[in-house]
Amino acid sequence: MNKKVIYVKNLVKKFDSFVANDNLSFEVSEGEIFGFLGANGAGKTTTIRILSGLSKPTSGEVKVAGFDAYTQAEQIKKNIGYMCQKFSLYEDLTVKENIVLYGGIYGMKKSLIKERLSDLLEKLHFQEYENRMISDLPLGLRQKLAFSVAVLHEPKIVFLDEPTGGVDPITRRQFWETIYETASRGITIFVTTHYMDEAEYCDRISIMNEGKIVALDTPEMLKKQYNVSSVEEVFIKIARP
Amino acid sequence: MRTIFYLIKKEFLQIFRNKFISKAIFAVPLVQMLILVPAVTFELKSVKLTVIDKDITSESRGLINKLNGSTFFKVSSSTFSEDEAINLLHRNKCTMILEIPEGFGKDIGNGTPGRLLATIDAVNASSAELTWAYFSGVIRDYNTDLIKKNLSTISPIPLQKIVITNRYWYNELLNYKYYMLPGILVILVTAIGFLLAGLNMVREKEVGTIEQINVTPVRKYHFIIAKMVPFLLIGLIDLALGLIIGKIAFNIPFEGSILLLFLSSTIFLIAVLGVALFISTFSGTQQQYMFVAFFCMIIFILMSGIFTPYESMPVWAQDFNLINPVAYLMRINRMVMLKGSTMHDISRELYSLATIAIVFTTLAVRRYRKTA
Repeated sequence: MNKKVIYVKNLVKKFDSFVANDNLSFEVSEGEIFGFLGANGAGKTTTIRILSGLSKPTSGEVKVAGFDAYTQAEQIKKNIGYMCQKFSLYEDLTVKENIVLYGGIYGMKKSLIKERLSDLLEKLHFQEYENRMISDLPLGLRQKLAFSVAVLHEPKIVFLDEPTGGVDPITRRQFWETIYETASRGITIFVTTHYMDEAEYCDRISIMNEGKIVALDTPEMLKKQYNVSSVEEVFIKIARP
Repeated sequence: MRTIFYLIKKEFLQIFRNKFISKAIFAVPLVQMLILVPAVTFELKSVKLTVIDKDITSESRGLINKLNGSTFFKVSSSTFSEDEAINLLHRNKCTMILEIPEGFGKDIGNGTPGRLLATIDAVNASSAELTWAYFSGVIRDYNTDLIKKNLSTISPIPLQKIVITNRYWYNELLNYKYYMLPGILVILVTAIGFLLAGLNMVREKEVGTIEQINVTPVRKYHFIIAKMVPFLLIGLIDLALGLIIGKIAFNIPFEGSILLLFLSSTIFLIAVLGVALFISTFSGTQQQYMFVAFFCMIIFILMSGIFTPYESMPVWAQDFNLINPVAYLMRINRMVMLKGSTMHDISRELYSLATIAIVFTTLAVRRYRKTA
């Protein structure tokens, strides 16, 4: 439980003169559910993009799954899954075609892809949707599927950027059940969210404001520290000084 | 390597699931060949002529009949007013005015040179020059006729003259369709290479699916190759369709090797797809891409020598054509189809195309960034 899979020290990311990430330092352990909170524009997506190898840091030390973000971005990509707020499965492909495509990209064997596909369809009660186009699926189902595709190749870490945006409460609850189940298999979950009830589900949360991490601890400790009864109140106290 | 096949399969699924594109792929060659090939021609068939005959003698009548009898001229109106004739020229009702002044017949009769005034609409300079050449030809004939007539009344010795026999090689009937068809085929293949793959790439950026690809360990050249292969195949299929239509509808001669034509087009398509995907790495939206790609495509096509002979372009334009893939295929297609040129004859063009293909595909792969 104590093995560090994400190690960030003094991370800075600048876009011209704008500082999106200002001297961030944190660590995430294997199997942990790490919540990344902050107002819109606080710099969460920038961090997640750096950690998943889509963007290069300006300065600071960043190691993901043991690989360096500056020089080993492609190695990092082999070991992570990623699901972003902008829904990104191919809408003009079917459920099955999407899964086969991503399985193939990650170099999985044909038989393994087939096996995972049927597991996944069964687990999500998706059998009837196998040959449906993604564009025909309701948002909640698409999000669940996108998550399943992100962990299809059993990565060490999965990054979720606002995975439940615009989804109804029941589907959100189911989604979090899947997240718990995935974490129990030892996959580290790094998740950003705007829903404070979701933050309560996390092992640890960090709250960002204007590019800086202003709080980082377990939800219980934060509530105690700010002397409030919910993470939502913690968030409001911090984000709106 | 297996990854490429998964990616190519995905592209094909998407292309053929797009109802419009999948139909257009087959409709475009049909429409282009059937419409453009007969329409694009430089043949001058009938020049509309306005005649101002102020002479009204048998000589002036004879000249007008001679002109009207030739295949190129058609006397569309005759008038005595110069203003009216110029008015007709202004309104595109005729392209040439011939004024026969009073005394034309009399001058010829007494041995003074006859005088004529021809005014030609030279908005299109090359057709004006052609008109002038045809006109001079008719006048020369008319002169010979006059001399013959005069001589025969004086002496029985036949008129001496030099006769040239000429042969038009490679296109004996001077059929413009034979010249244009190989060129139209190039345009067809160019459009497919330029527009479809690049737009497809930029669309992935717009929709955001490329992000999901970039976060996987997929190799850059795998992704680029997978974007090229489907459109390369579609381009070749359209080329085959174009050739079949050319054979059926216009009975185009095919002197050279079909295989060589397809080999050249394959290298050409890789070059054009490389340029297109290179441009796509700079473009964030389909609109941006369309603007730049269209601009490049028009320049490539107009400078390729499809309408104007390559050799008569200024030196700098010929230099530019060293990096213009369309210019190479334009020459190759015409040489192979009409002259029956062999691999050896077009080896320089093939090497150049291959170089462009390698350079731009490499640039496209290098410019495509998975980590920004």
